[in-house]
Amino acid sequence: MNPLYNYLLKLADDSFIMGQRLSAWCGEGPYLEEDIALTNIALDELGQANNFYVYASRVADNGKSEDDLAFLRYEHEYLNAHLTELPNEDYAQTILKVYIFSVYQKLMYEALSSSENEELSAIAQKSLKEVRYHYTHAASWMKIFGQGTEESKMRLERASENIWEYTQGLFAKTEGEDDLIALNIAPNTDALYEDFVSITTKDFADFGLEYPTNPFMQPKSRTGYHTEYFGFMLCELQYMQRAYPGCTW
Amino acid sequence: MLDLKLKNPLEILELVPDPEIPVINIVELGIVREAKITSENSCEVTITPTYSACPAMFTIEEDIMKIMKENGWDAKVVIKMFPIWTTDWITDEAREKLRVYGISPPEKGADEHHIGKPKKCPRCGSMHSKQISRFGSTLCKASYQCLDCLEPFDYFKCH
Repeated sequence: MNPLYNYLLKLADDSFIMGQRLSAWCGEGPYLEEDIALTNIALDELGQANNFYVYASRVADNGKSEDDLAFLRYEHEYLNAHLTELPNEDYAQTILKVYIFSVYQKLMYEALSSSENEELSAIAQKSLKEVRYHYTHAASWMKIFGQGTEESKMRLERASENIWEYTQGLFAKTEGEDDLIALNIAPNTDALYEDFVSITTKDFADFGLEYPTNPFMQPKSRTGYHTEYFGFMLCELQYMQRAYPGCTW
Repeated sequence: MLDLKLKNPLEILELVPDPEIPVINIVELGIVREAKITSENSCEVTITPTYSACPAMFTIEEDIMKIMKENGWDAKVVIKMFPIWTTDWITDEAREKLRVYGISPPEKGADEHHIGKPKKCPRCGSMHSKQISRFGSTLCKASYQCLDCLEPFDYFKCH
């Protein structure tokens, strides 16, 4: 068991599955500029995933390329958090997911920028620049929806009821992550979660939204157990690679 | 007999345009970090990626290999992420080329991920413009409209 390998897969899988979900908006956006915004964000996530998969492939040194890791693992081997698998539903739920994920990624990449592992630090610094734009975009929509119409507020509150219980799962640790924390390679996500709660509490007040009060959080993110949505996602994601083994561009 | 092959690797690399914005080359964009001559005909070219998912980077890598070979160099491309690419590395000449091409160049040293403040119209020079979208047709651009000449334009975002 290689702690760094697991850790890289966690970072890669989060971005990959998030990017996959967001890319479903391509051609389906409410208007052109939002279609472009979401697909830009999706593409940024895929780029980050690629950087982590390439590094993971080198660390594993088992003959698996970054594409093998991305497309040919089985469901129990993916270490993404449950939040990233959740359906897009409507625009409110999508924006709420992007908002939540961008707060998480900003905290994560800021902390990783000072990792003892130089390569991780470099990828994090680069990704942080992109993720700041995602946060700005999502937060401004959260405010518009929160203070907009009865309907926009209702949809956002409904989305929050649906998905807020998956937020703590983002901060779940992978096998061996404690070793990396001890070596100052990875940050301690317990501390990051506290920051997440204080940032989102402040933001929700600014957005004019009630902060979710139900303390229940869904467990088992990053354990290989996934939500019922994940199987369907993998079917689409892996179809080409499994139907045409060894296919290349 | 005149040897028409260029000898200086950096001069050769200045002939490689950015695939999306062909008026600027990869050296003045700050993508090429170093061209190290390792032996008589061998050269190691170090490049740095711009945006994590920029698809042009694949084309750029191929273009480098091709043009170096055409000029008699056996080249190896090395991708180095650190130090992180920033738009501050784009030369002043390149910025003017961007403007002439119709893209408003990135402001220097600005940390502006949270601002949609007006940018200079590349056509009429007016600062009376508004942001249409934080994003555009490529990862590096945002969409603006000039409120004086009324033309839309792309802005190369600070990174």
